[in-house]
Amino acid sequence: MRSLQARYTRDRLILIVVIAGTILAALPLTLVLGYALVNGFSSLNWDFFTKGPKPPGELGGGMAPAIVGTLIITGTGLLIATPFGIAAGILLAEYPENKLNPTLRLLSDTLNGMPAVLKGLLAYVLVVKAQGSFSGLSGAVAMAFIMVPIIAKTTESVLKLVPWNIREAGLALGLPRWRVILSLVLPAARAGVVTGLLLATARAAGEAAPLIFTAFGNSLLTYNLLQPMDTLPLRLYAYAISPYEDWHRQAWAAAVVLLGLIVLTSLLARWVTRGR
Amino acid sequence: MMREFKPMASSEMTLDPSLKTRIETRHVTVIYGQKAGVKDVTMPIYANKVTALIGPSGCGKTTFLRSLNRMHDLTPSARVTGEVLLDGINVYAAGVDPVEVRRKIGMVFQKPNPFPTLSIYGNVVAGLRLVGIRKKSLLDEAAERALRQAALWDEVKDRLHAPSMSLSGGQQQRLCIARALAVEPEVLLMDEPTSALDPISTQSIEDLLTELKNHVTIVIVTHNMQQAGRVSDFTGYFLNGEMVEFGPTSLLFTTPKDKRTEAYITGRFG
Repeated sequence: MRSLQARYTRDRLILIVVIAGTILAALPLTLVLGYALVNGFSSLNWDFFTKGPKPPGELGGGMAPAIVGTLIITGTGLLIATPFGIAAGILLAEYPENKLNPTLRLLSDTLNGMPAVLKGLLAYVLVVKAQGSFSGLSGAVAMAFIMVPIIAKTTESVLKLVPWNIREAGLALGLPRWRVILSLVLPAARAGVVTGLLLATARAAGEAAPLIFTAFGNSLLTYNLLQPMDTLPLRLYAYAISPYEDWHRQAWAAAVVLLGLIVLTSLLARWVTRGR
Repeated sequence: MMREFKPMASSEMTLDPSLKTRIETRHVTVIYGQKAGVKDVTMPIYANKVTALIGPSGCGKTTFLRSLNRMHDLTPSARVTGEVLLDGINVYAAGVDPVEVRRKIGMVFQKPNPFPTLSIYGNVVAGLRLVGIRKKSLLDEAAERALRQAALWDEVKDRLHAPSMSLSGGQQQRLCIARALAVEPEVLLMDEPTSALDPISTQSIEDLLTELKNHVTIVIVTHNMQQAGRVSDFTGYFLNGEMVEFGPTSLLFTTPKDKRTEAYITGRFG
């Protein structure tokens, strides 16, 4: 048997390696975050949250339409995606013998791996073409395409974590299977399902590409889903590639606000699953 | 339906003529994948009696128990053949809804399994509420009756809306019994209901059975022969998927007909 001292040394060595690896992995993220915060915070002011964009070359203005648009489009996308995502998750987890199951799994995996731009294209064909104009709604549909496979996947995996004996207990009471799933199994997985919804939201809220030819962008504030809408990632992209110094600063500010929203969502997800 | 039934290996045994058969199984075989877990079991289960199924681990007693209320339906690899007649109707016949079968034949499991998201009260009335019974007076009444039958009422009456998981293991198991009783089943299947419990909780559940059989017919799987001796009126001894012997508990334990039964109950193996 190795001496105790040698074992302690080995333990410490492995700990050092693990910590070094963690730092290495976290470093780039920290740098990006730090850079965005340093550059963005100085450009954040009241106008940024309350005013719309100014014409090119004029100083000042803000991103009120983009902030409102992000909230509306992401929220609407979530409303559309939730029933489909949860339903798909239930079918995947609870009905493995169902004939639709393998097809659904393939579809869900494909949709999950599909580039976001293509999902925008899909929403373009389905909504923009049919409607005849760009709109917040088409952007929300594109967001929903991003959210559905994420919600389905998390719902499936948390449902599978619910102990089998809960289902047996329900069935043994003479309850139909669908009732057992909806009233007993799903509530037991509630925190996990909500986390999935929030993660999908955080993921979709940061997307710009699928919105370029759907929500399109709008420098005027609108609450109408049938009109083109602005969002933070769209505006960030537009300003970042512009030649104007003032717009660059605002793009950084937009990055900070977007990051803040995503961190907030993630914290909310943590809070929902607290103590589990 | 009231077919003449001759218990195995006890032809000279005299049975009380007032005995009523609640369930009768005929040639029940359960196949898991390729292997038969239960082979050709034919036995009666008498109304308002406690029938114990005993035998060594893996002898098929639990598998047989679960075939009585079609709990194998959800296991794709399991196949049940033969007949389980509940009051004369085969529960495996075409057109019989397994949900209906399970309303009449309730089940209590080895490990207490209350619904973790529901309160004590919510657990007891779950079987009623989730089929659409909303009337509060009705639910309250059913909850109190079931909890009293399960000898849990006095312990929980002041905290009916506390989380079910706040109860001790023994209380949780009695809660599961109350939950099963609340839907007023004709038969209650119990799969080693005390194996996860301490001796005191075990005793309180055993005491319960004697009282409960006035309301329901009980089939209990147990590992514990003393338990079978204490609580049951009839006993079936299982070995390697077959039922070796069936008879009144007092006779089976004192004068077993089969050498294998004798070996088991005298503790020479198992």
